[in-house]
Amino acid sequence: MLKCGLFFTSYNKEDQLFPSMFQKTCLGMFLVAMLIAPQVLDFYYISVMNLIMIAVIGAVSLNLLTGVCGQMSLGHGAFVGVGAYGCAVLAAKGLPFVVCLLGGGALAAMAGMFFGIPSLRLKGIYLAISTLAAQMILEYVFLHWSAFTGGANGMPVDPPSIMGFSFDSDERMFYLIFAVTIVCVLGVSNIIRSRSGRAFVAIRDFYQSAENVGVNLFQFKLQAFATSSFMAGIAGGLWAYYTMYITPEQFSISLSISYLAMIIVGGMGSVTGAIFGAVFITLLPEVLNTATSLVGSFAPDISALMAPLKEGIFGLTLVLFLIFEPEGLVRKWKMIKAYWKMYPFAY
Amino acid sequence: MEYYLQLIINGLVVGSIYSLVALGFVIIYKATKVVNFAQGEMVMAGAYICFALTVQYQIPFALAFVMTLAFSVLLGLLIERMVLRPLIGEPIISVVMVTIGLSSILKSLVQVFWGTQIRVFPSILPQEPFILMGLPIAPVYIAAFGLCILLFAIFSLFFKYSSVGIAMRATAFDQQAAQSMGIGIKNIFALSWCIAAVVSSIGGIILGNINGINSQLGHLGLKVFPAVILGGLDSLLGAALGGLIIGVLENVCEGLARELLNLGGFKEVASFVVLVIILMVKPHGLFGTEEIERV
Repeated sequence: MLKCGLFFTSYNKEDQLFPSMFQKTCLGMFLVAMLIAPQVLDFYYISVMNLIMIAVIGAVSLNLLTGVCGQMSLGHGAFVGVGAYGCAVLAAKGLPFVVCLLGGGALAAMAGMFFGIPSLRLKGIYLAISTLAAQMILEYVFLHWSAFTGGANGMPVDPPSIMGFSFDSDERMFYLIFAVTIVCVLGVSNIIRSRSGRAFVAIRDFYQSAENVGVNLFQFKLQAFATSSFMAGIAGGLWAYYTMYITPEQFSISLSISYLAMIIVGGMGSVTGAIFGAVFITLLPEVLNTATSLVGSFAPDISALMAPLKEGIFGLTLVLFLIFEPEGLVRKWKMIKAYWKMYPFAY
Repeated sequence: MEYYLQLIINGLVVGSIYSLVALGFVIIYKATKVVNFAQGEMVMAGAYICFALTVQYQIPFALAFVMTLAFSVLLGLLIERMVLRPLIGEPIISVVMVTIGLSSILKSLVQVFWGTQIRVFPSILPQEPFILMGLPIAPVYIAAFGLCILLFAIFSLFFKYSSVGIAMRATAFDQQAAQSMGIGIKNIFALSWCIAAVVSSIGGIILGNINGINSQLGHLGLKVFPAVILGGLDSLLGAALGGLIIGVLENVCEGLARELLNLGGFKEVASFVVLVIILMVKPHGLFGTEEIERV
């Protein structure tokens, strides 16, 4: 959707990520606000923001695979896990941070490509079930390959350091994660408007037509799986560094489901949507925590009901969004923008 | 040898539960093309309702059984009307995600009402084991197996001969054509969810009699996928056989992995390894119809 008064004289201009000055100013202000945030905010808010940013990387990468390329994956949580364990194992060998993070990503990309191979033959529900199998198999590997993963006990990870500067506090980690998040989000936005991105969209919309116009299905599907899993691995690596301890339960099927929920709630196929979804789904349990602690003084039993309530409200959110707003939060956002654009003269 | 025979028989027993759940799954898929990720939670809901009626309200088992089935019919209708009908015509991922959301809701409701600890069903069947080929087998297992065969027979005949069953098959084959022949598609959808809910509840009650129930019972729903893929997503016979085969495979693989490789817990993942192999080699399964796509 374009603002009125914007017009382009070339395709390149129309294809820009940030077409208007106003948009650039807003994003610049957001950037500055984010850079100041850790200095003024509480410890709790910083940690929540760190988790949100890790979720943003995961959701944006799943969105590339599922929203843009149309390949549904129920195994994204496990690919995040591969990245986390890969990163942790490399870090335990004393390799520098950047190598570990990229190595974890590369491992996850390999796992993603391996389990993406069936996607050449399978579509829709069959692919979803085969990625479910990937999730189950990888989860088993995390749990039972104790020599590398520490089995059910999990494994510790030391905080990262670059050139002797150690990211050992939440604020320091915030800047690190923020930088990586920006790189990932810009990366995905650029992939979508590249040749590969257009091929992904063609595959999603109708794979047979895509093949007819010369899109190599196998190559591009694998590319989507690899790129998406690579970024999932990066998210996993950052998560491992941030929590400093990883266990197989972190990367269970429910993680995969919550990533899918993020892109559904946010809006499939849109980078902004994935970001909204990640923020929404990560904040949901935190808001519930706060709400129950407020209500807790009146109804002391409620804390026992916390876990099932969280799960139930998560499910309810998912169902309600799918029924009432299938295009997600990003559609609401667009409507709000469209309303204010013409504000006093909307009609 | 006796060890493996025991494993095979255990497998058949667990497999017959898988078959029951898979039957419900296939009935829904056959008529509505919805892949139901909440099947395991429907099993759990049925089991807990029966538990509440027999243990908490002290209703005699036969009556409680009938009441549980009536409740399942309501549950099926409610789910179809509230959740699935608005999503007719939406992409597969939305339908899958809505059933996943549904499974979260059902699971949380069960936990809110009954907590997470294991609840023990009153035993309805005699306890003395039955001796088959020198191996002791609890009667409840035989009941599970028998009931599974009985239900499979009933539904096969139902789909083959009754007019409602034929209408369901017609709906599955081509919704528009079925509608133009005067079949009420909405009723067919509702009916298939009811049948699936009833079958799942029966599965849940049997399962409760074997191991007791807890809120993790829903995981069973995921185990059903290998069974239905092996059998073919839209084949009743496939679901029945697929469940049994997966049950046996799981137990035998677990035994082999324990003996030869000293690996524990292989049961959890064996069926999914099989699943990947089937998907690579023969995605439509043993008895499923192959989908042919034309531009």
